[in-house]
Amino acid sequence: MCVSMYSAVWSREETTERNYYTRYHNMSEITAWMEQMKRENPDVVSSMVYGQTYERRNITLLKIGLSSTGRKKAIWMDCGIHAREWIAPAFCQYFVREILRTYKTDTKVNEMMKNLDFYITPVLNVDGYIYSWHNESTRLWRKSRSPGTGGCTCYGTDLNRNFYANWGMVGVSTDCCFETYCGTKALSESEAWAVTDMLGKMREDILAFLTIHSYGQLILVPYGHPNISAPNYDELMEVGLGAAKAIKAVHGMDYTVGTSPDVLYANSGSSRDFARLIGIPLSFTFELRDKGEHGFELPEDQIQPTCEEAYAGAQHIITYTHDKAFYSYAATVRATLSTIICLYKKVK
Amino acid sequence: MGWTLFILLVVLTVVHGNPTMTVRTGSGPTVGFDQHPNSVPLGEDIQTTTEVVEEVMTTGVLNPSHYPARRAATVVQHYLNTRYGSPYRWIFFSTVHSGSSEVGVEVEDQHTLGSVSGQCSAELFFPEGEGQSAPQVQASCEGLHQSNTTAQEEAFYQQHRASNNLVSGNNIPDSYGHVEPSMKPFWQLGGVASSFIMLRESNESTLYNMAQVANFTQLETEKDQLRFNYHVLLHEMISQEIIHWKLLVTWSPEQGVQVLQTELQPKCHHCEAPPNTTN
Repeated sequence: MCVSMYSAVWSREETTERNYYTRYHNMSEITAWMEQMKRENPDVVSSMVYGQTYERRNITLLKIGLSSTGRKKAIWMDCGIHAREWIAPAFCQYFVREILRTYKTDTKVNEMMKNLDFYITPVLNVDGYIYSWHNESTRLWRKSRSPGTGGCTCYGTDLNRNFYANWGMVGVSTDCCFETYCGTKALSESEAWAVTDMLGKMREDILAFLTIHSYGQLILVPYGHPNISAPNYDELMEVGLGAAKAIKAVHGMDYTVGTSPDVLYANSGSSRDFARLIGIPLSFTFELRDKGEHGFELPEDQIQPTCEEAYAGAQHIITYTHDKAFYSYAATVRATLSTIICLYKKVK
Repeated sequence: MGWTLFILLVVLTVVHGNPTMTVRTGSGPTVGFDQHPNSVPLGEDIQTTTEVVEEVMTTGVLNPSHYPARRAATVVQHYLNTRYGSPYRWIFFSTVHSGSSEVGVEVEDQHTLGSVSGQCSAELFFPEGEGQSAPQVQASCEGLHQSNTTAQEEAFYQQHRASNNLVSGNNIPDSYGHVEPSMKPFWQLGGVASSFIMLRESNESTLYNMAQVANFTQLETEKDQLRFNYHVLLHEMISQEIIHWKLLVTWSPEQGVQVLQTELQPKCHHCEAPPNTTN
């Protein structure tokens, strides 16, 4: 009797683990999961509260990397800046699990964990995310949950229009009842301020900035303003196209790469633009599945394949970033990058 | 007075029965491209000087990864759904191609359970000026009629035409993206019916998808048409707005989908206030 009970419990936990990353999780579950990641991987995972939401909730990131004595370079990833894009926090969770699962056995991941710290925010817009879980009628909420001002009675500012990057210039609404409302001024929202503050402190060290959204199957490069080009546009496009190729190799999905004004729409005040403006060279927005059939309400049976392909895309960018910093490879070596990775694996 | 986009080839996926995402592998035979002009006749009084217009003027080609191609392809998708859609046929574009008459075009000819690929070539015209009117679309397609949905449609029609068991549903898909198998045809019918509005409301600055069927209620069958009230949520990508519409929809295998009435629902601002619970 005892043996069968034990094995029943054991298989339920195993099943839970295996199924955990194929389901959406509310904020309490994600918070508990962050604690679990720290508990299970104390040598490599710590957390940091780096700001507060409007409703006074903590904005928390996981810092993941092998500890070292010196200052380390960093990769930034945030998910869930828009509340209804549930696949994004699911991807952040998947990404964390994947690097923790493979860093001991995969030479390349191990090397990157030695040389880099990953700063990962599973849910940036905590208030909005919680609100989108409240009931079916709130599921499609996008913005923060700060109230309107100056007689405008609607709620929320679009956090991805609130950054100090050509703020308010294009692709925004000045009416607090609209979905792209950019706020009363840049960084009016504490969530945007928290990210700005962190990036400002770490700007010397951050090599790549990835912000995860849905939907559309796109990889967007700076800038959102149609008349402004990033100085390393060619590099951004080449790395982005490489990421799209890596994505397609997983499940055949097409992701389109380009600046926002080219492939989607013009916009200003985005976190991606702010990151590029303060000097982070590789700054990308991922728009995950799908292309409109389910839109924001992506079925749970697509979480795993979406995360697998997005992981391949993110790893392409991170690997390029890492190798560029630590091996001083020139642009022309990009074509042979995969060969070099194979060689290092053999050397192991 | 407007500008014309030529989408020389749009590859579409017809989703019916149990819609699943299928991986496209390989490609079929190259198809020579005929009879479609690759130049863009623009009036002298061009209202817009967007980069796209200039690009098309100089090259005669629409860049398939740029936004105008995607927006136009979506409009063509809406148009095709108004013409061919049904509870068992909901069409989505998968790839946009463009080219000139000298370039052969690859054709995807994969047929797997639940979806069929077809290819279409379309001409699209967005009228400009006051009094916004719907875009005009002309399209011809190959392969869309490969999928034979007649039996399923007929069975569905017979099952629901008697008015003693009227169906209703809500939140399709639900928050987790789930659609009950029994609700799938109603979801697809909602998508097709929404296409009538999305087509009508489309212009160069919009990109519409149906986000959700908030609810639907079957009404008494009339004149052999199944009838439904639908409340749908449309997502407009450029503004990011969720727009509520109520529709009166009829369908039969012979008549296809028709939308008899549409009513825009105002945004509910007082609905936005924080709920009493905090977690």
